[in-house]
Amino acid sequence: MKILVCCGSGLGSSFMIEMNIKKVLGEIGVEAEVSHSDLSSASGIKSDIYVGTRDIATQLTSLGGIVVSLNNMIDKNELKEKIVQAIDQVK
Amino acid sequence: MLKFILDILSVPAVLIGIVSMIGLIAQKKGLSDILKGSIKTVMGVLILGGGAGIAVAALSSFGIMFQQGFGINGVVPHNEAIVGMALKEYGTQTALIMAFGMVVNVLIARFTPLKFIFLTGHHTLYMACMIGIILTVGGMQGTYLVIVGSLLLGFIMALFPAIAHPTMKKITGSDDVAFGHFGTIGYVFAAWIGSIFGNKEKTTEDINFPQGLTFLRDSSLAISLVMLILFFIVAIASGPDFVQEKLSGGQNFLVFSMIQAITFAGGVYVILAGVRLVLAEIVPAFTGIATTLVPNAKPAIDCPVVYPYAPNAVLIGFLSSFAGGVLGMAILLLFEKSMPGLPIILPSVVPHFFCGATAGVFGNATGGLKGCIFGAFAQGLLITFLPVLLMPVMGNLGFANTTFSDADFGVVGIILGNIIHLIQ
Repeated sequence: MKILVCCGSGLGSSFMIEMNIKKVLGEIGVEAEVSHSDLSSASGIKSDIYVGTRDIATQLTSLGGIVVSLNNMIDKNELKEKIVQAIDQVK
Repeated sequence: MLKFILDILSVPAVLIGIVSMIGLIAQKKGLSDILKGSIKTVMGVLILGGGAGIAVAALSSFGIMFQQGFGINGVVPHNEAIVGMALKEYGTQTALIMAFGMVVNVLIARFTPLKFIFLTGHHTLYMACMIGIILTVGGMQGTYLVIVGSLLLGFIMALFPAIAHPTMKKITGSDDVAFGHFGTIGYVFAAWIGSIFGNKEKTTEDINFPQGLTFLRDSSLAISLVMLILFFIVAIASGPDFVQEKLSGGQNFLVFSMIQAITFAGGVYVILAGVRLVLAEIVPAFTGIATTLVPNAKPAIDCPVVYPYAPNAVLIGFLSSFAGGVLGMAILLLFEKSMPGLPIILPSVVPHFFCGATAGVFGNATGGLKGCIFGAFAQGLLITFLPVLLMPVMGNLGFANTTFSDADFGVVGIILGNIIHLIQ
């Protein structure tokens, strides 16, 4: 399974969310490849789940994967809940 | 043998690779991870240099056309472009200041009340680079330069999140997370303007703002579009004959401009890919080590952390900041009449987007819709004027067609550059 986190320039916030997702995956014992990118590159990186904050999530809907839209970038509970839900959908 | 070691260490790519390797070893990674991570970091630095070559070539035709068309020096501020250029000459200083600066940040967070860990790796890299440039231009060198530079960087990394924190608490409604992006002075300025002119009860999020502009969040696209407009303006101003004779080798001047504009965006895209590889190992290592050593520290996170709290303010802030940038440019053009040689700072889309959007959210937090508009506008003016004063303290790089864009680089650079100038 592949998870891609996106933000405007793919440097800071997407990287931060990626590290948090890796932590969550470790907790729930799921193996997945997680990476981050800018919005331009996202369309070229085929993924099962695309993650972004709610202000850019609409940009991810046409990419053909499940989109996780986060209201709060730093809320680990929200992240965990939504990621688990998305992983269930992929499975 | 000694020369061999010195030669290796004086290649910035290798030096940054070693920093990354130390991080991986400290995290007790396996041999294959250490090898993979270190090589990718070295590759990142090399890619970054390649991207800088692409961006700078396009930018230099822009500069020549601007000079021809208007008879003045036009500057498009862009952190990535200037850092890409500077790493060739100042890579060693940058790598060492960055590595030890992060150590200083952890020590400050551990032993002083400034409990902030600055996690925005690319800004740490850019700030290390700028400090390296200014100290070198100011005449410092060797160990002395690295010690002074690292202490400064570590202090800045802990101090700026503290400056942003009071407003940050208003935005997020919690005390858990801090703000780490080197445009802080601009955002706090926007928040202050917002608190004077605005009313925070009437927030941007109560209005229905068209979200159509969200596509500009894609920075490569936004750079292409805005550079396209800027390139067309200078190409028309300098005339088809000049462009076709001197620059394009006969290719139609508008076609040439279009390709150059998109090439510049492509160069920035490559630089970003390089930066991403450089940081891929360093940031998780730093985050892991810092949060273990200073468990009660607050992580200071990149500016988009505030965007979901006020998506309307993000777009309004961008437009308003950009308008400030256009007015600022017009003011510089007026001043240039009596001060020939004054660099004209053009509105660059990336800083106005990221910094303008953030200033909008800060302004909204203290002054609602009005605070967002006026605050971001003031921020836009600020990041247009700061580079004018920053460029003279940057030595040869002060004559480039690009420079550091975000407010804190300007503020820190101007203060540091002038202090060194006084001491020397």
